[in-house]
Amino acid sequence: MSVKKLTFVDKKSLNAIALGGAVLGSGGGGDPYVGRLMTQQSIEKSGGVKVIDIESLPDDALILPIAMMGAPTVMVEKFPSGNEFAQLIPMIEKMLTKPVSAILCAEAGGLNSTIPFVAASKLGLPIIDGDAMGRAFPELQMVTFTLGGISATPMAMVDEKGNGCTFDTISNVWTEKLARAITIQMGGSAMCSLYPVTAKECKDYLIRGSLSLIHHIGNIIEKHSFNAYEILVKELNGKHLFQGRVRDVERRTEGGWNRGIVKLEGIDEFVNRDAKIDFQNEFLVAMEGDTVLATTPDLICVFDSNTGAPVTAETIKYGLAVNVLGLPCNPIWQSKEALDMIGPRYFKYDIDYKPL
Amino acid sequence: MIRVGVDVGGTNTDAVVMEGKKYLGGTKCPTTPDILTGVENSIRGALTEAKINPSKVDVLIVGTTHFVNALVQRVNLANTGLIRLCLPSGSSILPFTDWPKSLIDGMGGSYRLIKGGYEMDGSEISQLDPDELINAAKELSNLGCKQIAISSVFATVRGDMEQEAFETLTKAIPNISITLSKSIGGMGLLERENAAIINASLKPLANEVIDSFKLLQNNLKLSCPMFFTRNDGTLIEAAEVIELPVLTFACGPTNSMRGAAFLSGLDNALVVDVGGTTTDVGEVQDGFPRLAGTSVMVADVRTNFSMPDVISIGLGGGSIVSSEDPLSIGPVSVGHELPQRAKVFNGDTLTATDLAVAAGRCKIGDKKAPSLTSLDKLIEIMDKMIADKVARARTSNKVIPVIGVGGGSVMMPSKVDGLEVICPPHNDLANAVGAAIAQVSGQVSRVVLVDDNIDRDSAIKEVTEEAKKLAVERHADPKTISVLTVSDMPLSYLPGNNLLINVTVVGDLLLETN
Repeated sequence: MSVKKLTFVDKKSLNAIALGGAVLGSGGGGDPYVGRLMTQQSIEKSGGVKVIDIESLPDDALILPIAMMGAPTVMVEKFPSGNEFAQLIPMIEKMLTKPVSAILCAEAGGLNSTIPFVAASKLGLPIIDGDAMGRAFPELQMVTFTLGGISATPMAMVDEKGNGCTFDTISNVWTEKLARAITIQMGGSAMCSLYPVTAKECKDYLIRGSLSLIHHIGNIIEKHSFNAYEILVKELNGKHLFQGRVRDVERRTEGGWNRGIVKLEGIDEFVNRDAKIDFQNEFLVAMEGDTVLATTPDLICVFDSNTGAPVTAETIKYGLAVNVLGLPCNPIWQSKEALDMIGPRYFKYDIDYKPL
Repeated sequence: MIRVGVDVGGTNTDAVVMEGKKYLGGTKCPTTPDILTGVENSIRGALTEAKINPSKVDVLIVGTTHFVNALVQRVNLANTGLIRLCLPSGSSILPFTDWPKSLIDGMGGSYRLIKGGYEMDGSEISQLDPDELINAAKELSNLGCKQIAISSVFATVRGDMEQEAFETLTKAIPNISITLSKSIGGMGLLERENAAIINASLKPLANEVIDSFKLLQNNLKLSCPMFFTRNDGTLIEAAEVIELPVLTFACGPTNSMRGAAFLSGLDNALVVDVGGTTTDVGEVQDGFPRLAGTSVMVADVRTNFSMPDVISIGLGGGSIVSSEDPLSIGPVSVGHELPQRAKVFNGDTLTATDLAVAAGRCKIGDKKAPSLTSLDKLIEIMDKMIADKVARARTSNKVIPVIGVGGGSVMMPSKVDGLEVICPPHNDLANAVGAAIAQVSGQVSRVVLVDDNIDRDSAIKEVTEEAKKLAVERHADPKTISVLTVSDMPLSYLPGNNLLINVTVVGDLLLETN
């Protein structure tokens, strides 16, 4: 696979980034569309965002990961005010008594693949080509930095009303608990900066090239539409797990998660076969009968058979014909320590992770 | 019950007369620039052919492209201002974002963001300030806005603030015309707001259109009730069209697919509607068109009302053909001038119809088809254009029939993408038939707390009963009501398991007959 290095993001490249971000969202992380529009509005003023390689920064440079926390569904109704980042970043700089050198995507999947561009554009900062998940995950501690023992705090969070707060916690799991509780009070979505890291820490734990990758994936979908999945399987070393029509989507909300099961009836080469995909915000487990097709942390991505566009767990509906792809996760997620944090058992599935 | 169905298309206006499920007669007339002359001609023709006196007609049902044409051509659009109830949220994505510039120019593109809106749980983001609201409306009016659209954050969860804004403005500003976002679209502020803006901009035109249709009814001595067809293939009353013209937007493809299913007796099939200039390909499932995903582009604007999933190509009976290298068919068409300009009518232009006649697929015109050395290659190109779209419209490899409808369906081969093509009788008038057989719908959307007292299935059942009641109120025959769509979506960040349940039911129209 040859991925063209992304060095600058302007209005033109945003669509591909949003599309590719939706793919790495693995069904979760929300529709990047809203993030794209926010970035677009901001870039119209700033001209664009520079994308840089982590190696170009000195080891002690401060890198600030940015993410939206909460329910993506809230964001399609309640847009941010646009002043959040101008409030948020100085809060962190004040706590660390150091200026921020670059912005980082905490998660390259879903809505959070585009939100950090708004921060970068608003503050005129460059963004690092990489992220801390290589996909979307539902909880704040599920980043490569946690594996490196790096704390999510000091963390800052602001809402569109102008409320801001900072966190100082004993573990990343506690940060997740407390930040999630405040997100709900803030109305379901908030902008946050977390895991402030040095360029050195970043060099050790960053999943590199994620932004170039989502741009590349987006370009493939733009170019090949409904055939894109075939090319993605080849280029990303993935597996075509299933092709089928959605026959039921059962949903429930538990503890703030959008949970459910998508049942698929096979078509074309998968005719007379049935599959199901369990989701908890992201698609986590794909099964055919008792056979496990793929599990988290590998990516389970669903594409609309007609348009080739990625489909999220929130918008998937009855009757839609889809292609299901399994894409291998970054190897950093395959250690026992990592699987305890993001493997199927963490999400209460009684199965073990088997790589694709 | 005698029904007259009319469908105004880009090239032709079709009308049929039906008694119950029986076809009595129909005609196809060219669509006229004023539209109404074409409608009048086709209704007169259909009544004459069916030998039905206008006084015997029980209902007139019209499907028209007036509104979507106005939008596509950017004409007859009212200068519209938007008021979004959202502050302090909302400014990071301003209204009219991602709109084509020519359309913004067509309707002014003015907006105001003011305090208001709801959080996801229905609590207020901030209170609506009546003075701020009235000022915003007055400012927009001073900027030349004739129509106001109002959107509010989470209006789908709670619609009262939009309603309150409506009442405040109606009291404060006489003759103000307002569209509320909650009456049109679902979740997604921007898409719903876009749909509301488009609707508002079309309201003056809707008024004119309805008035002229009423006048036409008088001219034709049709004293029966008149309905229009909605995007989903069901009926909407004229008074409602004046308020919500966008609900009739995509009725053309819907009517032709519904008509195709009805005429062929096939409830699950692909439908290829070959007109004079374009071909639409879609799928019917249980007699209704398969709908597009969550958002649909209308004249390059992202909206979120329900529309059929249709793929269009610039190929029709009138498509102009180049028989020399490079070989090509369409997208330019002679349109309704086919009877003058096609070779088989002694005209000077080689059209797709001439190819079909030359290939022996149909007999049309009074002249022999031209003999072409490249005929086989051209036919191959034409068939491939349709086959490509059929392949894309399929959502499975299941062998289902392809129903060919529309005036140009005679051009189709007997098999497309390996599927058998069926062209039922009267298929050239399928869209008018689709209008004539349109049913009544009832749609209810409600949040239900699913707990120990009520499970998901019972909750859906409850909402379904409500939808049925609504359909009956709109004159549906209770004996014929069936469930069309059911969907449920959880609302996260609320205590418990709250489901937003949407149910649509349909039934046959029941009117006191003449």
